[in-house]
Amino acid sequence: MMQDLNWAIGGEAGDGIDSTGKIFAQALSRAGRHVFTSKDFASRIRGGYTAYKIRSSTDQVESVVDRLDILVALTQRTIDENLDELHEDSVIIYDGERTEMEDVDIPGEMIGLSVPLKRLAEDAGGAIMQNTVALGAACEVAQFPIENLDSALDKKFGAKGEAIVENNKEAARLGQENVQEEYDHDFAYDIETTDNDYVLLNGDEAIGMGAIAAGCRFYSGYPITPATNVMEYLMGRIQHFGGTVVQAEDELSAINMALGAARAGARSMTATSGPGIDLMTETFGLVAQSETPLVIVDVMRSGPSTGMPTKQEQGDLNMTLYGGHGEIPRFVVAPTTVSECFQKTVEAFNFAEKYQTPVFLLADLAMAVTEQTFSPEEFDMDEVEIDRGKIVDENDIDAWTDEQDRFQPHFPTADGISPRALPGTTGGAHMSTGLEHNSLGRRTEDTDTRVEQVDKRNRKVETAQEEEDWSPREFGDSDSDTLVISWGSNEGPMREALDFLEEDDVSVRFLSVPYIFPRPDLTEDIEAADKVIVVECNETGQFANVIEHDTLTRVDRINKYNGIRFKADELADEIKAKLGQEVEA
Amino acid sequence: MSSDVRFTDFKSDKQPTWCPGCGDFGTMNGMMKALAETGNDPDNTFVVAGIGCSGKIGTFMHSYAIHGVHGRALPVGTGVKLANPDLEVMVAGGDGDGYSIGAGHFIHAVRRNVDMSYVVMDNRIYGLTKGQASPTSREDFETSTTPEGPKQPPVNPLALALSAGATFIAQSFSTDARRHAEIVQKAIEHDGFGFVNVFSPCVTFNDVDTYDYFRDAIVDLADEDHDSSNYDAAKEKILDADKEYQGVIYQDENSVPYSELHGIEGNMSEIPDGAPEDAMDLVREFY
Repeated sequence: MMQDLNWAIGGEAGDGIDSTGKIFAQALSRAGRHVFTSKDFASRIRGGYTAYKIRSSTDQVESVVDRLDILVALTQRTIDENLDELHEDSVIIYDGERTEMEDVDIPGEMIGLSVPLKRLAEDAGGAIMQNTVALGAACEVAQFPIENLDSALDKKFGAKGEAIVENNKEAARLGQENVQEEYDHDFAYDIETTDNDYVLLNGDEAIGMGAIAAGCRFYSGYPITPATNVMEYLMGRIQHFGGTVVQAEDELSAINMALGAARAGARSMTATSGPGIDLMTETFGLVAQSETPLVIVDVMRSGPSTGMPTKQEQGDLNMTLYGGHGEIPRFVVAPTTVSECFQKTVEAFNFAEKYQTPVFLLADLAMAVTEQTFSPEEFDMDEVEIDRGKIVDENDIDAWTDEQDRFQPHFPTADGISPRALPGTTGGAHMSTGLEHNSLGRRTEDTDTRVEQVDKRNRKVETAQEEEDWSPREFGDSDSDTLVISWGSNEGPMREALDFLEEDDVSVRFLSVPYIFPRPDLTEDIEAADKVIVVECNETGQFANVIEHDTLTRVDRINKYNGIRFKADELADEIKAKLGQEVEA
Repeated sequence: MSSDVRFTDFKSDKQPTWCPGCGDFGTMNGMMKALAETGNDPDNTFVVAGIGCSGKIGTFMHSYAIHGVHGRALPVGTGVKLANPDLEVMVAGGDGDGYSIGAGHFIHAVRRNVDMSYVVMDNRIYGLTKGQASPTSREDFETSTTPEGPKQPPVNPLALALSAGATFIAQSFSTDARRHAEIVQKAIEHDGFGFVNVFSPCVTFNDVDTYDYFRDAIVDLADEDHDSSNYDAAKEKILDADKEYQGVIYQDENSVPYSELHGIEGNMSEIPDGAPEDAMDLVREFY
């Protein structure tokens, strides 16, 4: 019996690949199995190859692997694209009756199940349900209780009415029965179900959920792949909590609206991807200089320019760390897992208000569009703490006014953090500006005041460095001489790579770093290791460069920039190669 | 809000650094008068400005204020107002700020109809960068960057606003203090986006659109039988390129502000100490 199941559906964009994949993922999750999904999609609305892959196991899964057990192929290209992941027990479900599929080429050792998807869907009530027929067939192949699929169909189509739900269930039954009747075969799969309850969500959704939990009430954004899901998630939900989402006319407007809302005292956020970050850059300076708390999400995709909008990359680290003219104190927080997207979003709002700075939440496409199962406890709302920082009210405002009773929003305190009076506070009226200013917020070019204010703003970072815990997450063998470091979504595949490496007696210590700035000092860790390898999805090794700069030590790098996230087995092989070990071809 | 607020309470102790004789003095005074007249005080007022001579206004006034980046004042004002509807939000800009770098935002702010006022100090020149053509400069106006004139028609901001679906369009002349303040007051009182284009002459760089020119050219709609609720009558005035009108040119009396259409009510700065009580519902959705 095999517990891992790698399933995929592929076809043309517009074939409903995404929603079909999501339904099957939901069905597996509802059967108490962990799932991890990945999407391969092109930047077009209809046409072009699209696939949705699911890896499922009774254990938590953190990565995709180069293996496909069941493939629902709506086009011949789906088979061609995935040939190298298919194996002798692979089952390909396809519709042999459709004209364009008649001459389907199934590689010799594999099992091709020709299921009349379209015809059975029509029998059930409409050709549109052909994918549901395929899901029913897949349930039979995997010996997976079809009731779980029913439950996912209820969830998906419930709002559309009972008839649609029932037709889909019927379509699934017809697919299942077709395999039972037409194929007298023992397939290699008999997957286990459990009583566990999991939630299934992706990084964008986790960011949106974290924002609401953290008290974010104002969101403005402009649609851009792969960050739009954050806006779509918030739209329709944030209103329930008294907030609003504004679809701005462009990114310049989006960040400035968010800045305005933040100055009015709301916890406020915008999300975009690389090209949008470029447009927002001018305002970063204003956010930092006016000491406005703001969370700016960058869901990275492949660049530069429009690059590959639907593909994975971690190329914006430098942009968020250094972008903008002049020198700007800012925080850069990079969640490493989908559930961390939730936790780090909450944290980002606290950092923003506590330190009155822009906080970049640096996510990446692989994490943002990946649906993953988790125990609901990972999204524990009781754990959410809100720290609004040094907000002063009309009773304590006198302590922060000058001899002429003027409020000093930029008073140079010892910790660098100044009092904050939200508009409406009696006696707190003040000016905020991107110009260099004095403690009152008024323009100055006085040399001493300039230095005082620059130092004050940077002191906030020093304070944060002392007060907060910037530790990385540690995995693997803490005594190993080999240290692997990664950031962002590489944590998942790297954790699984540790298992592969262990099988081959390769011991590795692994640090996953969720903080880019401020960040942990890794000098001691690096000095203690013989070999240091930094893993990231970019070509130049942006994080590796930062580490070399911090620790004055050269590090090795594994970089992937073909647009596809790391896979666990591939990473394990690359690490072995770096260690001079033989890697099986 | 206190009833004994005087317009001078909106003055900061910082002396304006505009050139002596600048139209912006009058524009600002009128804004302060209008704010006081409408029962606002500095602690519930938020003034937003961009860059340029107009952008300095937040420094010379006393209120909550932000001096933003060039051209983006309207989005900032939108964020402030939506996040806290209790605030009186007034956005100030210049003709470059509003009709050039910020032109896109202008059109969309008009469309959005957020309940705030937008006062544009239109001097038909770039003053702070020392005299280049602006989007409202005349076609033949010679400047350092347009030695033979821009050779392109000026932007008609009122027409832009009208075509974008404005619910309040007005124009005033900064030195006609009483009328200007009255018009800005009407913009504040309007339920929606109150747009006022103010002729605010630049005495240093614009020797064409001067006080004398406007004094002679202006036609006050109060002296004419103009019905500002009549769209076609407004359109006719707005497209009349031969005259400079003063007054409320168009007002949609059925204007419904953005927040009402979008169900925004409360002050978003007030949030719970932890996650909201029913936040676990957000997690349950993903079962």
